[in-house]
Amino acid sequence: MNAREVARVLGLEPLAFPHPEAEVGGGFCSDLLSRAMAEASPGDAWITYQRHLNVVAVAKLKELSLVILARGPEPEPEVAARAEEEGVNLLRSDDGMFELAGRLYALLAGDPETHPAERG
Amino acid sequence: MGAVSTQIRRILRELGVEPEVVRRVGIICFEGETNIAIFTKGGRITLMVWDDRVELFFADNGPGIEDLELVRRPGYSTAPDWARELGFGAGMGIPNMEKNADTFVLRSRPGKGTAIRATVWRKGNERQGSSAGPGA
Amino acid sequence: MKLREVAEVTQAEVLTGRELLEREVDKGCGADLLSDVLSVVEENFLLVTGMVTLQAVRVAEVMNAAAVLIVRGKRPLEPVIAYAEEAGIPLLATQKGMFETCGLLYSRGLRPTRFRRVSEYAG
Repeated sequence: MNAREVARVLGLEPLAFPHPEAEVGGGFCSDLLSRAMAEASPGDAWITYQRHLNVVAVAKLKELSLVILARGPEPEPEVAARAEEEGVNLLRSDDGMFELAGRLYALLAGDPETHPAERG
Repeated sequence: MGAVSTQIRRILRELGVEPEVVRRVGIICFEGETNIAIFTKGGRITLMVWDDRVELFFADNGPGIEDLELVRRPGYSTAPDWARELGFGAGMGIPNMEKNADTFVLRSRPGKGTAIRATVWRKGNERQGSSAGPGA
Repeated sequence: MKLREVAEVTQAEVLTGRELLEREVDKGCGADLLSDVLSVVEENFLLVTGMVTLQAVRVAEVMNAAAVLIVRGKRPLEPVIAYAEEAGIPLLATQKGMFETCGLLYSRGLRPTRFRRVSEYAG
């Protein structure tokens, strides 16, 4: 399942979407960047409330397929701009972490090619 | 963080204050207490319980609030990394206090400190708005 | 769903509150950023968090949450467990991560909590 499909089903609002074709291999929730650095796997979709520049840096470094900003205010415009520059898919949602994780988990489980990754 | 809030909740329950008021006062206190812990070397929190209302006063000699408009904007935060690692400082503190209070008054002077008064009415729930500005 | 079922579904250990497992929860809130939990509208929800601090239990207490489910195999220190016991807040702990835990509970019918809308703070 690719990022475009996930964004469509979960109703995510794109802030920067340079690679909609990116394959989403699993899901990961964390608001602690240190944890994301330690545990995220390439291809994971990362669900977080954090919405500052470092989020983009971590996503790029860990080759994540997608960053989903859970319910919260608009991030600063520079964050979306940086994401676009770095080739990081950055989308947001009005839903909270629990719901986003719940629905993405179900989505990934329903896809016969993918097993939901246990992360975060 | 939160030690004063939970204590205040117990006091209010012992005094027979209505659960809805207890919850709101507890949240206001938690936010105010967290701000004092994160940004100052210490402050004072005073609880006053009347027949018709509960009031919380927060006072500190901390750094004060530089931009009073920004701090009332949800999501804005100047919290340091250690606070974020503990799960706090994501913004929403002052707006959440305002939202839970019927009356909310904030006075602050950069370099001098901050004082806050939050009132929760026990009957009638009258909203009297809020104000924030430079003060003595 | 009852806390007992929450524990079963997530294969969680009950650290305290064994006698409160019949308690019902119908909403869940997942967060490591505890400050966000302070704007949850409902009471009696399940707080799912990776934070094992005393503050996490205090936040649950102040918000009148039903219980705290700690994820990622983390374990709070004894004083935190003792505090939760005294405050009457059940503490569960699962080895599973946040994503899988929320996923499992959501698929079992636990619904998300609502938050005070950001726009309501204007004024």
